[in-house]
Amino acid sequence: MAVFDHHKKLERNVSLLFVASLVAVLIGGIVEITPLFYLKNTIEKVEGMRPYTPLELAGRNVYIREGCYVCHSQMIRPFRDEVERYGHYSLAAESMYDHPFQWGSKRTGPDLARVGGRYSDEWHVQHMINPQSVVPESIMPSYRFLASARVDEIDIAAHLSANRAVGVPYTDDMVANALDDLKAQANPDADTEGLESRYQKISIRDFDGNPGIVTEMDALVAYLQMLGTLVDLDAYRQNESLR
Amino acid sequence: MRNGTEAIALVAATFLALLGAAFAQDELFRIHAWVLVGVLAIASIVLLRRIEFAPAGQAPKVAEETGYMDQVVRYGALITVFWGVVGFLVGVVIAAQLAWPVLNIEPYLNFGRLRPLHTSAVIFAFGGNALICTSFYVVQRTCHARLFGGNLAWFVFWGYQLFLVMAATGYLLGVTQSKEYAEPEWYVDLWLTIVWVAYLIVFLGTIIRRKEPHIYVANWFYLSFIITVAMLHLVNNAAIPVSLLGSKSYTAFAGVQDALTQWWYGHNAVGFFLTAGFLGMMYYFVPKQANRPIYSYRLSIIHFWALIFLYIWAGPHHLHYTALPDWAQTLGMVFSIMLWMPSWGGMINGLMTLQGAWDKLRTDPILRMLVMSLAFYGMSTFEGPMMSIKSVNSLSHYTDWTIGHVHSGALGWNGLVTFGALYYLIPKLWNRPLYSLRLVNWHLWLATLGIVVYAAVMWVAGITQGLMWREYDDQGFLVNSFVETVAAIHPEYVMRTAGGLLYLTGALVMVYNIWRTIRSDVPQEELDSPESAPSAAAAK
Repeated sequence: MAVFDHHKKLERNVSLLFVASLVAVLIGGIVEITPLFYLKNTIEKVEGMRPYTPLELAGRNVYIREGCYVCHSQMIRPFRDEVERYGHYSLAAESMYDHPFQWGSKRTGPDLARVGGRYSDEWHVQHMINPQSVVPESIMPSYRFLASARVDEIDIAAHLSANRAVGVPYTDDMVANALDDLKAQANPDADTEGLESRYQKISIRDFDGNPGIVTEMDALVAYLQMLGTLVDLDAYRQNESLR
Repeated sequence: MRNGTEAIALVAATFLALLGAAFAQDELFRIHAWVLVGVLAIASIVLLRRIEFAPAGQAPKVAEETGYMDQVVRYGALITVFWGVVGFLVGVVIAAQLAWPVLNIEPYLNFGRLRPLHTSAVIFAFGGNALICTSFYVVQRTCHARLFGGNLAWFVFWGYQLFLVMAATGYLLGVTQSKEYAEPEWYVDLWLTIVWVAYLIVFLGTIIRRKEPHIYVANWFYLSFIITVAMLHLVNNAAIPVSLLGSKSYTAFAGVQDALTQWWYGHNAVGFFLTAGFLGMMYYFVPKQANRPIYSYRLSIIHFWALIFLYIWAGPHHLHYTALPDWAQTLGMVFSIMLWMPSWGGMINGLMTLQGAWDKLRTDPILRMLVMSLAFYGMSTFEGPMMSIKSVNSLSHYTDWTIGHVHSGALGWNGLVTFGALYYLIPKLWNRPLYSLRLVNWHLWLATLGIVVYAAVMWVAGITQGLMWREYDDQGFLVNSFVETVAAIHPEYVMRTAGGLLYLTGALVMVYNIWRTIRSDVPQEELDSPESAPSAAAAK
């Protein structure tokens, strides 16, 4: 057949083979990925999304470092059982500031997309220190060391700047006050007026029950307690059909 | 002077790493830089001791410049075995951790840090070294040319090992960007980019200097694997580091775009690393071991182009029913189903190569191993498209079914084809017969039994989990709490560990067999029956 005769050219010319196979593997990605950057209905218009506070961002980095995403998804699918178990299905808008995304791929443990506010801080701290003490059948490892690891010594402002460089709308004000904001969010006695003006819907308290130092436990619990709580879902539901 | 420039470059690199440790912006980067200092310092010392000065008045030795460059392939074969055992061992450990959480040792040996170590050790260390080593062997034989670039092939080899060591130690320390199968941070990614470009130059250069007009089909697959992995790696790892002397970076893309970029990468790590590259291996070693030509030349053309074109589209099936737009999910599903055909094209072409030589399966356990790997390839490339159907995926996704699927592909297809290739290569490279064919047979059946146990219990675990999650009672309430679904699959987790242990045992049998072969021990079979000497068939 003629097709196979033409193919002989490719088999004898490595430059042609190189170019042809590169073109073959470029097409799929271009067609599937690039529209996500310009199609307006990819990310829903919602009320309430804001960048992570410095403490939440530090907690999120602990979550990433420990590989929590290996066992916990953050993506509720629109099924009856998932919505009943975990809450409203996840929206694309809810991870619009997530560099990288944490949707996960496996549920060895439950989904965490809306875990915020479901358990008390004390429960989370106890669960991290010894998971089996609160959930006997749990197979989660313990993370007791987080309670003594400090986060108030990292250059968190540089982290906010790097996020800004990839498109997260942190303001100059947020970057300049990053470390103060990080400390203030874990200290109910601090002057939190500036922090509250910079970030809405924010919890300010001593998350790990150990006042004085701000630990990775504070940061992680602060992150877990805000997961899925930002978007005003009632407002979204009313306009859902308009999407 | 031999090794002189290399030694100086290494010492300079050690010094730079030391500066990195001194001026590190965060604790993790500092520790990681010290790891690098240690590795480079050892390498420098080794190389400094190996500097050779030419005697006055004489030209340096050039004896090695003729013929094939096989020493790097020998190193590659041994390091493949080494990393394979490491990867399987860590796999058994983390399987046991899921059955008995008390085995987690925080913080460094927790499941969350060991799991990327396992996946990377198996995919990139075991699989990657197998691909680099066999591609260096195959491209020289099929092009009748020595590897291009001289010591550049050694740079690829050692550079790749450095990448692996930095990635592995990074995972244990907690240096990760959390993108599955692309966990290494930005500086390790940059290093891999350099190594990969060198690999492309060596491979492409060897093809260019070939003495055959025709480029053999195995090399199309290897070439496509190298090009595509480069593309995937560069796009998926695009990130902005917090500091040039810091371990942390933030990915260029966010949320839904980042998710699809990641799974475009992730699925094609399977498609090109674990499929196209390994098909290249298959297209050389199956015909060689069977001593038959490839079944169909036309089928190889059709399935090559169809495979590489279609695979790239399949990524969105990892994101069914997520916040990814429906059109992308549907595209991903359709292309995944179409992918079944070119995948089976490869299997058919491999299996039918045995036409007229099927009787060899009775006497040749190495060929048996290669055929078994093709059978697992066919099985998992049928299971994959099936799982990419949205309604099936709604049950299987997030469960252990996916884990079982991956392992039937990785252990069955990638593992067995690599073992088959190693059993072919080692006698050739060391020019002596394989120590024992009987042990090859033991390895084959231990591994096969291990995979079957593993995949079967993961089906049970995954489907149990999926059904329990969506189980309702008469009043319409959910029946099970999440943790009840965890407790329910404990027996399967224990059995899965046993399956993994069988597979690891098989690999250790191989280690023993290869060690005895390289030591030039008299083949077992010759001792048993001096007249027949069946091992000669394998050593041919």
